[in-house]
Amino acid sequence: MMSRKTRRLWLVVACGAGVSCATALMLVAFRSSLSFFLSPQEVIAKHPAPGMVFRLGGVVQANTVVMGTRDSRPYTTFRITDGQASIPVVFTGVLPGLFRQGQGVVTVGTMAKGDREFMADTVLAKHGASYMPAPVEQALRKAGKWNPKFGPAPNAATWDDKSPRTIEADNNG
Amino acid sequence: MIPALGHFVLALALAIAAAQAVIGLFGPMLRDRLVLRAAPALAISQFIMLGLAFAALVWSGVVSDFTVRNVAEFSSSTTPLFYRITGTWGNHDGSMLLWCLILSLCGATVGVFGNNIPTSLRARVLGVLGLVSGGFLLFTLAVSDPFRRIWPPPLHGAGVNPILQDPGLAVHPPILYTGYVGFSIAFAFAVAALIEGRVDAAWGRWVRPWTLVSWIFLTCGICFGSLWSYYTLGWGGFWFWDPVENVALLPWLTGTALLHSAIVVEKREALKTWSVLLAIATFSLSLCGTFLVRSGLLNSVHAFAASPNQGLFILVLLALTIGGSLLLFAIRAPVLAATGMFAPVSREGALILNNVFLCIIAAVVFTGTMYPPFVDLAFGMQISVGAPFYDQAVLPMVAPLILAMAVGPMLPWKRGAIGPALVKVWYAAVAALIVFAYYAFQRHFIAALGLAGAVWVMIGALIDIGERVRLFRVPLGQSFARLGTIPRASVGAALGHFGFGVVVLGIAGMTLRVHDVTVLHPGQSVALGGFNWKLDSIVPATGPNYTARKATITVTRHGKLVMVLKPERRYFTAQKVKTVAAAIRTNGVRNMFATFAGEDNSGGGEFRFNVHPFAPEIWLGGFIMALGGAISLSDRRFRIGAPARVKLRKPAGSATV
Repeated sequence: MMSRKTRRLWLVVACGAGVSCATALMLVAFRSSLSFFLSPQEVIAKHPAPGMVFRLGGVVQANTVVMGTRDSRPYTTFRITDGQASIPVVFTGVLPGLFRQGQGVVTVGTMAKGDREFMADTVLAKHGASYMPAPVEQALRKAGKWNPKFGPAPNAATWDDKSPRTIEADNNG
Repeated sequence: MIPALGHFVLALALAIAAAQAVIGLFGPMLRDRLVLRAAPALAISQFIMLGLAFAALVWSGVVSDFTVRNVAEFSSSTTPLFYRITGTWGNHDGSMLLWCLILSLCGATVGVFGNNIPTSLRARVLGVLGLVSGGFLLFTLAVSDPFRRIWPPPLHGAGVNPILQDPGLAVHPPILYTGYVGFSIAFAFAVAALIEGRVDAAWGRWVRPWTLVSWIFLTCGICFGSLWSYYTLGWGGFWFWDPVENVALLPWLTGTALLHSAIVVEKREALKTWSVLLAIATFSLSLCGTFLVRSGLLNSVHAFAASPNQGLFILVLLALTIGGSLLLFAIRAPVLAATGMFAPVSREGALILNNVFLCIIAAVVFTGTMYPPFVDLAFGMQISVGAPFYDQAVLPMVAPLILAMAVGPMLPWKRGAIGPALVKVWYAAVAALIVFAYYAFQRHFIAALGLAGAVWVMIGALIDIGERVRLFRVPLGQSFARLGTIPRASVGAALGHFGFGVVVLGIAGMTLRVHDVTVLHPGQSVALGGFNWKLDSIVPATGPNYTARKATITVTRHGKLVMVLKPERRYFTAQKVKTVAAAIRTNGVRNMFATFAGEDNSGGGEFRFNVHPFAPEIWLGGFIMALGGAISLSDRRFRIGAPARVKLRKPAGSATV
């Protein structure tokens, strides 16, 4: 039988080893899998490096959704706007059922070369009771499009035509 | 009228909860038998009141009483009856009421079945439950009143969120809530024990069955949730490491740890302080699970009842409950001295290893889940922690758990040796190696590791049972007869471990999945996973409150018909929302999964086809684990309790009557 001290030592050593392994794993994992959320305005301001995975969120701009087929795979192009800026998005795959114009969405992907369009590999449309993802809500608030204090979000279809600054114009000028 | 009555009994329940808290917590100091008897009676009447309130809300939903805001916003006259009932808890206010109802049910259960608990301890347990219940009832009444009325009532209600119009809503939230809230009993026992300053083997024996019940419910609840999102969200994932999922996993992890550490308390009177802390942590995480999600702090892809405006009240309530109990723990924990002694290599040692790893996993998941809101609050940056983080940080931590899982039950109590235990499980090791070699040869290394681990755990669990019935060492008939005599807790534990192995099998199998997204015109076909998927037709269809487009897909293999899949796209006219109804067929070890995502102008349909090997095992394993828990619960020592010990202790306890 071991003494209480030895037993406690074993326990501390085991816990310490486990915790330090976990911390090391977490730090490594954090480095590779953290992704930032950017609104269209921030994308234009910050020009994220091509290849850096981030989340682009906003509202699907009305009359910009084009669906087509490329190599018998469905692809969709649309623009995401926060009312101040708008970014073209290319997505190959099946859109979630709740995807529609004027809908708040979050897309995950990278900027294509040339900073022209966002290549999304995931599109998330909110499945909750309120159809506005929280980061999008904040982006809209920052863009001055909506303050939650004054009631629910405006119908996005009514304001997304106000010729927001586009990434092409920004790059050219 | 009915909603008004419901509101009234809800207020009455709050008053009763307050009385229960005061009498339960201060009654034992009076040493008055009558006062102590009042606590269970109050707990039962609180449950009856909340039952009536809940019935009133369901009634308002059933008769579509649109003067109740809750009904007007989340139900409509075209909603089918079934979803008018389930819609009651498909929104924030209603689910709050369900939460309180289940909490009061826990109190009532302790009141009815807790006769083997010393009266003073029972009163304190009920007092703590009453206090928690009172807090949340106050919240329900003051901030999120499910009976709030509107005038004039709308002609038609807004209708239930189409995603929630699913049988899953009938099953998943109530069961998950029962799991979450059930841990309140272990929590109340822990706090009561801290107040009394005594934790002994009997305490472990009382706490374990209650923990086990909520663990069974939580396991089932998580399984149902995972299954629901698997078939609803339409891209064939079963676990997304979404914050809402993580906060359900956290109490499951610590609850599982508590389940194991309570065994040590019961058998060996060690790990007492630790178990008390685990009980507090588990319920605290359950509270976080229910409420942090609703406070709008975490973002999720899932549908749940969110109400961001009520965050502050909830946060204060959480801080009081969690902070208060932890403070009490800090003050009183030194009173609970450990008595049992054991060597590191022993059953106790293995159970500690289980606890250490489960808690580390919980800590990792907690960090990953809470880091984004923390960064948002502290630095104002919006970041998100994705699935790769958890895959990289959690899975390596599961590996030692899996390794130890087959060996631990072979070790004797107090002192053991690794050698003899390993000898017992050698064929599990051989089988695992064969499985590993088979899949590694096909260059599926991750799957090979996972499947080998699954086989190791499953065979290890079977060996555990085999050892107990002395399989192949005595004649088979005799072994079979022994099966009836070994403690059911051991059978349950082995089955629980086996079920975990099955879950691992399913998750590892999912890494072998194949999927394809493609556009097909009627008559065209595509090959995937050794099958030929042919689109026959796309036809319109109608449902009770939606219209749909239904595709018929014939799946053949080598020219022979395997199955016909009929995925649908539904359009809910009232809410103007499209949903995808996936077609899934299973043969028990493989799922075929087709979703119909859209149509283009030329009449082609967009389809997503998946072949998911071993996918059904994910949920099957979860339910086997729950079944193991149920068998363990039926063990003789829980049914009979420990009357002998209670009688012995009665004269010794100063505060007992």
